[in-house]
Amino acid sequence: MHLLDTLGVDVETRRSSPVLISLFITCYNDTLFPGTGRAVVRVLERLGHTVEFRESQTCCGQMHYNTGYHPEAVRIMRKFLQDFRGAEVICVPSASCVAMIRDHYPKMAAEAGMEREVADILPLVFEFTELLTDKLGVTDVGATYPHSVTLHTSCHALRSLHAGDRPQRLLQEVRGLDYLQLPASDQCCGFGGTFAIKNAEVSTAMLSEKMRSILETGAEVCTGADNSCLMHIGGGLSRQRATARCVHIAEILASEEGHE
Amino acid sequence: MVEESRCALSSAREEVLARVRTSIGTRAAEQEVIREYRQAGQLSEPGRINLFVDRLEDYNAGVYRCAAPDLPDTIAAALTARQKHRIIVPPGFPAEYLPPGFDFIRDQGFEYTQLDATDGALTAATAAIAMTGSIILTHSETEGRRALTLIPDYHLCIVRANQLVETVPEGIRALGARRTSPVTTIAGPSATADIEMTRVKGVHGPRTLDVIIIL
Amino acid sequence: MSIRVGESAEAATFPKAAKKLLANTQLRRNVRRATDTIRNKRAKVVGEMPDWEQLRTAAQQIKQRTLRNLDSYLEQFEKACTAAGGKVHWARDADEANKIVVDIIRGHGQKEVIKVKTMTSDETRLNKALEAAGIAPYETDLADLIIQLGNDKPSHIVVPALHRNKSEIRQIFMDTMGLTELGHKPEDLAAAARDYLRERFLRVKVGFSGANFAIAETGSVCVVESEGNGRMCITLPDVLITMFGIEKIIPTFDDLEVFLQLLPRSATGERMNPYNSIWTGVTPGDGPKEFHVVLLDNGRTRVLADEESRETLHCIRCAACLNACPVYRQTGGHAYGSIYSGPIGAILTPQLQGMEHSTSLPYASSLCGACYEVCPVKINIPEILIHLRRKIVESGGAPMTERMGMAVAGFTLEDSGRLGAAQKLVQLGRQPLDALGLPGWSVARDLPAIPTESFREWWKNRGAR
Repeated sequence: MHLLDTLGVDVETRRSSPVLISLFITCYNDTLFPGTGRAVVRVLERLGHTVEFRESQTCCGQMHYNTGYHPEAVRIMRKFLQDFRGAEVICVPSASCVAMIRDHYPKMAAEAGMEREVADILPLVFEFTELLTDKLGVTDVGATYPHSVTLHTSCHALRSLHAGDRPQRLLQEVRGLDYLQLPASDQCCGFGGTFAIKNAEVSTAMLSEKMRSILETGAEVCTGADNSCLMHIGGGLSRQRATARCVHIAEILASEEGHE
Repeated sequence: MVEESRCALSSAREEVLARVRTSIGTRAAEQEVIREYRQAGQLSEPGRINLFVDRLEDYNAGVYRCAAPDLPDTIAAALTARQKHRIIVPPGFPAEYLPPGFDFIRDQGFEYTQLDATDGALTAATAAIAMTGSIILTHSETEGRRALTLIPDYHLCIVRANQLVETVPEGIRALGARRTSPVTTIAGPSATADIEMTRVKGVHGPRTLDVIIIL
Repeated sequence: MSIRVGESAEAATFPKAAKKLLANTQLRRNVRRATDTIRNKRAKVVGEMPDWEQLRTAAQQIKQRTLRNLDSYLEQFEKACTAAGGKVHWARDADEANKIVVDIIRGHGQKEVIKVKTMTSDETRLNKALEAAGIAPYETDLADLIIQLGNDKPSHIVVPALHRNKSEIRQIFMDTMGLTELGHKPEDLAAAARDYLRERFLRVKVGFSGANFAIAETGSVCVVESEGNGRMCITLPDVLITMFGIEKIIPTFDDLEVFLQLLPRSATGERMNPYNSIWTGVTPGDGPKEFHVVLLDNGRTRVLADEESRETLHCIRCAACLNACPVYRQTGGHAYGSIYSGPIGAILTPQLQGMEHSTSLPYASSLCGACYEVCPVKINIPEILIHLRRKIVESGGAPMTERMGMAVAGFTLEDSGRLGAAQKLVQLGRQPLDALGLPGWSVARDLPAIPTESFREWWKNRGAR
């Protein structure tokens, strides 16, 4: 029996009316983690909303920007702004891409003379879990996931998006899910984009610590809102032949009884 | 030689200043700094004293409270408890506060080695800050020159309750015109955490600090 | 010009130095333990300040204001300090600063100087210049003494010997102080340092210090410390020389009320450090009879010139960013090849020393943002790291393979058709990739299984299913 059910609260009443949601899948989810995108679509449609996917979209420009390639990043930003012109709400299943847009687009826009376009689009951009809790007003998305789960909050989710307990609130409403708190959860996992390649040894040392924390919880699954971190952590866990694995939070929230 | 070096120095001055000006570039009109932090305290005097004592004890400083007439007895009690006998006092420290039975020496500009040979120093203070447990010295006639409260291994300091403020901003303001005298703020005995972040009380400054608060 | 930041111009690149340090498990344990301790203490005493954010904002604005008017504040300081009996010298670079100090000490016929911890003198390598001139410098900060006696390099801005544990320190003291017996407790080691230095404090006629703050309004200088060695150095000698970077100026005396709250809590996790000394020129009958100030540029005006990264000069050297940094916590400070280590070192060293000497430092960060979060003067270190990376790329300093890779990626990502085609290539190359892995990545991490269908393909085919 679910807590809200016993209290007799109608979950439906807190939900927003149907919204047309434009999905910004992001380049690496598109290429490497399409399952995350499919899960986002399933969750949003299950909640009664309409999802659109604008096929001209590509990337937010984060990799170029963070590595120092600003002209490329500005061109990609310009494209993003064009691709999502007129969108009602933009859903991004990646906290770091949202951080890129929120933290850096305004400054890039000032250089590129696109302040107006950026100012207009910023209020429409939501990270997936933010969208659920803040815009759509739900924490129970009707998911069932009978596993023990710990949560890796990425640095961008933590310090840029100020995610707070949003992902945790969503997970705690999932039926069958056993939520386990990750120790030292404010520590970076060591991914950091090109950092993981340029400083592979240090990145790996940071990863070892993160994996130790995850394994300490005994959770079967480590989740989060960033497939970049999860690819790095999951790659390390897989190399160690650890039993724990990484799964994006959208995929957990999309799971239903007998269907993961 | 002297002329040459003076010339070199003045040209360094001009060059650094010129570089600063070039680097700053265009200047916009200045705006006031927003100071929304706490300036004034909120505690009553007893609350302030309790907070001050709590902080001092946190630093392992010894604390005594007494009424003004009991000061000589309290000084005697503190010195006896620490087994200190030869005590240096600043030139302007009131003689009537000095209890009998101790060897009090008036500072007359002694050599450092002579200061080093005393058991400790007894002084007044200019102000104190409760929130941080700080004592502020401005090295007046009753507080002594800086070496006096530095070289001896023990410092007994007297603070009047009405010298105690709550916050750091109040403490800085309390200096008033004495702020361009030498100023020393003391929060507990000298300490280091340089070895494995373990706090060790007492390195080069006085290793023991006692404070008497006159209520 | 001889702008110099310690030995950073000759240092190994960050990844290379880091790799070596990562193999030193004792050092990593020491660093971990120390940074954990300070982090926790800091968090506790910052947490009890309801107005912490307001203090940070005020500090940031005071520093911004100072830098925008630095020329007039410097002149104001000089005038006030001179009126109070001090003598102000200006140094364009490290060599000039060292020469001023050496000349003053020689002018008094002295052969020794007692020093309290100063980053700027490490920056100019003053001790080397002093020794070359036949003058013995005695470091008096416990950690600096450990470094000096152990012929070691500082690895932290506030706690320079944090990479050493107590048994290593004990051995250094036994070997260099001529001791036959010495206890094992930190207290015993501190007592040994007290005995070793006391005679020097009372005897040596010249003192040398840095400054945490220099006040334009009054010409006063403030030194923040814990052990009392600072008070010894600034009080007991006949002659005092104080050297600091030109960015250490603050406009008014009352501005101390902001910084004296932020600095101790951020640096050592104390509500207040045991001692603050503030002095103004020379005071008859109390302290040195002669007071010299050396104002040091050494690259600072170069940092000032770049408005995007100017705020690097806000730094009050609290080292909270080092303790918070997950990279620093793995490697310790030596990997940064500079006396300024950690996140602040990664932005300060390249800007002072010149980017060409430190192209690896701006990349020594995962951009996690922990440094910015704890910075008491709100320096946006991640943003400046990115800015410096951009400068490296723009000046052609990035590796050829990276430039080509980024150009190809940029070209691909500017068009969804090209992205789709690239995804096809990745899918085709799946098996070789799985088998060979990616250089750098695959040492410790498996690659995810490459999907047979991208999201955009799934979406396109979705209606048809």
